[in-house]
Amino acid sequence: MQLTVWTYEGPPHVGAMRIATALKNVHYVLHAPQGDTYADLLFTMIERLPRRPPVTYTTFQARDLGGDTAGLFQGAVSEAYERFKPEAMLVGASCTAELIQDDPGGLSRALHLPIPVVPLELPSYQKKENWGAAETFYQIVRTMAGPQAPPPGFKRPPREPGTRASCNILGPTALGFRHRDDLRAITQLLGQLGVDINVVAPLGATPGDLSRLGEADFNVLLYPETGAQAAQWLSRIFDQPTVKTIPIGLSATREFIAEVAQLAGTDPAPALQGAPSHSSWYSHSVDSTYLTGKRVFVFGDATHAIAAARIAREELGFTVVGIGTYSREFAREVRAAAEACGAVALITDDYLEVEAKVAELQPELVLGTQMERHIAKRLGIPCAVISAPVHVQDFPARYSPQMGFEGANVIFDTWVHPLMMGLEEHLLTMFRGDFEFNDAAPASHLGSTAPTPQASLASAAETSREPTQGSPRESLWAPEAEKELGKIPFFVRGKARRNTERFAAEKSLELITVETLYDAKAHYSR
Amino acid sequence: MSAVVHRTDVRISAERGQREVFCGLTGIIWLHRKIQDAFFLVVGSRTCAHLIQSAAGVMIFAEPRFATAIIDERDLAGLADANEELDRVVNQLLARRPDIKLLFLVGSCPSEVIKLDLSRAALRLSARFSPQVRVLNYSGSGIETTFTQGEDACLASLVPSLPVKSADAAANLLIVGALADVVEDQMRRLFDDMGLVDDKDRSAVDFFPPRRSTELPAIGPNTRYLLAQPFLADTARALEERGAKRIDATFPLGAEGTLRWLQGAASAWHVDEARFRRATQPAYERAQRALVRYREQLAGKRIFFFPDSQLEVPLARFLANELCMELVEVGTPFLHRAHLAAELALLPPGTSVVEGQHVDKQLDRCYAAKPDLVVCGLGLANPLEANGLSTKWSIELVFTPIQGFNQAADLAELFARPLVRRTRLVA
Repeated sequence: MQLTVWTYEGPPHVGAMRIATALKNVHYVLHAPQGDTYADLLFTMIERLPRRPPVTYTTFQARDLGGDTAGLFQGAVSEAYERFKPEAMLVGASCTAELIQDDPGGLSRALHLPIPVVPLELPSYQKKENWGAAETFYQIVRTMAGPQAPPPGFKRPPREPGTRASCNILGPTALGFRHRDDLRAITQLLGQLGVDINVVAPLGATPGDLSRLGEADFNVLLYPETGAQAAQWLSRIFDQPTVKTIPIGLSATREFIAEVAQLAGTDPAPALQGAPSHSSWYSHSVDSTYLTGKRVFVFGDATHAIAAARIAREELGFTVVGIGTYSREFAREVRAAAEACGAVALITDDYLEVEAKVAELQPELVLGTQMERHIAKRLGIPCAVISAPVHVQDFPARYSPQMGFEGANVIFDTWVHPLMMGLEEHLLTMFRGDFEFNDAAPASHLGSTAPTPQASLASAAETSREPTQGSPRESLWAPEAEKELGKIPFFVRGKARRNTERFAAEKSLELITVETLYDAKAHYSR
Repeated sequence: MSAVVHRTDVRISAERGQREVFCGLTGIIWLHRKIQDAFFLVVGSRTCAHLIQSAAGVMIFAEPRFATAIIDERDLAGLADANEELDRVVNQLLARRPDIKLLFLVGSCPSEVIKLDLSRAALRLSARFSPQVRVLNYSGSGIETTFTQGEDACLASLVPSLPVKSADAAANLLIVGALADVVEDQMRRLFDDMGLVDDKDRSAVDFFPPRRSTELPAIGPNTRYLLAQPFLADTARALEERGAKRIDATFPLGAEGTLRWLQGAASAWHVDEARFRRATQPAYERAQRALVRYREQLAGKRIFFFPDSQLEVPLARFLANELCMELVEVGTPFLHRAHLAAELALLPPGTSVVEGQHVDKQLDRCYAAKPDLVVCGLGLANPLEANGLSTKWSIELVFTPIQGFNQAADLAELFARPLVRRTRLVA
């Protein structure tokens, strides 16, 4: 049993729903108790889909448990088939139905429906949403493309000279973080590279489209969390290489273009040249010097966290102090990325652990999920969202990709806007004693209702609930030291106070003087 | 008082099929705001945790007073271990949250199916942690409860803890069902003005659930109770077992509904007519005045209810009688015929009330009827809007203060807003 306050991922059947909802002409019959239909609102309210997810639930109740739940399930399958006339069906159980062991696969086979029916085994008490999505996608790809499989040991013949290369795009799902816009950005890039798109899956694909997956020359895998398993199978069966670079960030986009161009045998130059990226110039412009060495903490799914850490270091000049993920399946990759930039790696799906780590590392910017946004808000740290779990805000009305050159621009804006602009920071320091531009005055753009920075710092200190480690007793601040602390700009004062107190505790100093303050500053600035 | 016999001419039918409703765990979202020193620990699966988090939407608190003990494979292997694990999790939780005075172990579908006995766990843990923390249990599972029935199960589990009021104690009135604090305060002022006091001139009115678990009201054979919510079947039964007697009335929705609800209490307390009028007339008339503009907007509009909270019948009565709306279909997950007798009697003759759900067939009927407004859950609202129907999310009717005279117009406005919005948008 695990005590869980907030969860990063839903159960695996929600992952299956993300696949079913992304596909066309597929219906998912889920053996599940009343109440599990809540999952519909993820799609209709968060993603604002104008249609119900193609899911029928048996919604059994206590009175059904004594009776024939198997019959209830079969009735639901037959009725869903008659009503929705899908090209293929997915059948499975949610966590509770898994316990009553009705065997949805066997029960639906017994109905002899004239369409492919894919039984899903998603162990709810071991696995989570992304795993469920990956497994579901893999199973339906196998079911639909399997009959077209060439004999074992098949080697893909070289393409006829003069024919355009074609690829599949794998991974985008319903309820994905910017999948809709990423797909548009990558489709455009592939067009510039002269590569045809055979099938995009699962987003927008029909079962018929899935049966044609083997016709492409190679696969572009955008989201390993949901598509890697299917991509590996396609690679093995149809001898299709997979483009593994995830085109998030400028460098990664360039590498992606090179990798695709090599596989497709086309010239990467037009795609590289036709890349009007503002982000690179903006990052080189003088105003961005204030970004240098900003300490950032990164947390998200593995793909977005690893990409964000690289962009932070190489494209914005930040210092990455921690990288974490809730995707245990990709723990090794995230650890490697953390090691590469000398940062702390955090592999956990425990929200409270992430909160404690952020409080401990005291970053100047948090790049995380909606959950970290709340952590950062409480600790008074700026934050930008880089990854699922998604929130209604992660489905902006405008075109707002993360991938490709436009994605790099979007990322630059999204990450830099929560920080203070360079000039602004200088002005704040210059005028910090000013009567109306002081640290107790709320930012003018927040209006008169904004809490004062002091109040938010105080509440941050209260809510962090962090036991002050290694400090048997609290050191006292000498009045002149307290006064000196007041001269430090408010947005770093909280950190200065904590660092000084930690320093004093480590040195067992009873009184914090002005000297202690600057000793601590020197100590931590090493 | 002899039982009032209500006549009704509504058409009641039942339907079975897919139910597009929340389970009782959802009630935790408002119950934890109401009982401010209580913690709700769901013993369930990742689905349960995900449900509460999704239904709570933007209400993300640092450390909310609810959490889930997520059952994993090892717990399924042996129940003895599951109990040990539960004890460990509760220890961990209470060590973190010394502010908690009342802990609810909330059963879920998986915990019910594996027959994890939470009542024994609650006894065991209560013995260990009392008097600092009392541990109770109830089931919010979807196999046993629909949405608001979670509150019913929670309150019913609290009833045995209510202190005993002896048979010779003065009579008291218990208002049963979670109400917003602001509504509770308004109601208390009305009861005070009506003179509902005991022999020592103290208020004879208690609210259940209380705001703090340490302020549980006492009940006994001289307790009369008035339901503030229509979904409290088990709680009512538990109160009756303790000797309390129900006052039959409508529910306090709308000006008329609130007046009749208060009238129920007044009759039971033999408040004289003049005093009752003096206490209630100003607020009643103010509510009537406030409703006028909404009646202009809503009169003649056709409304269709999908089942959700069991509030549907009283809401339909309010909308039909006070705002002159036309009821196409009133779906409700469950119809408590005794508690709703006064409400059903006031529905226009011929009203179609459907108990239970087959969501696809109901959607077919809804599209065929083309109502002006559909009251439905969050899973259905946008798809219906996209198909040209105006909708009102039913969950808002549970989270918003809608009871009482001063909220009657607010309640009407919730139904008028989607229609007004549609007339404003041109693009």
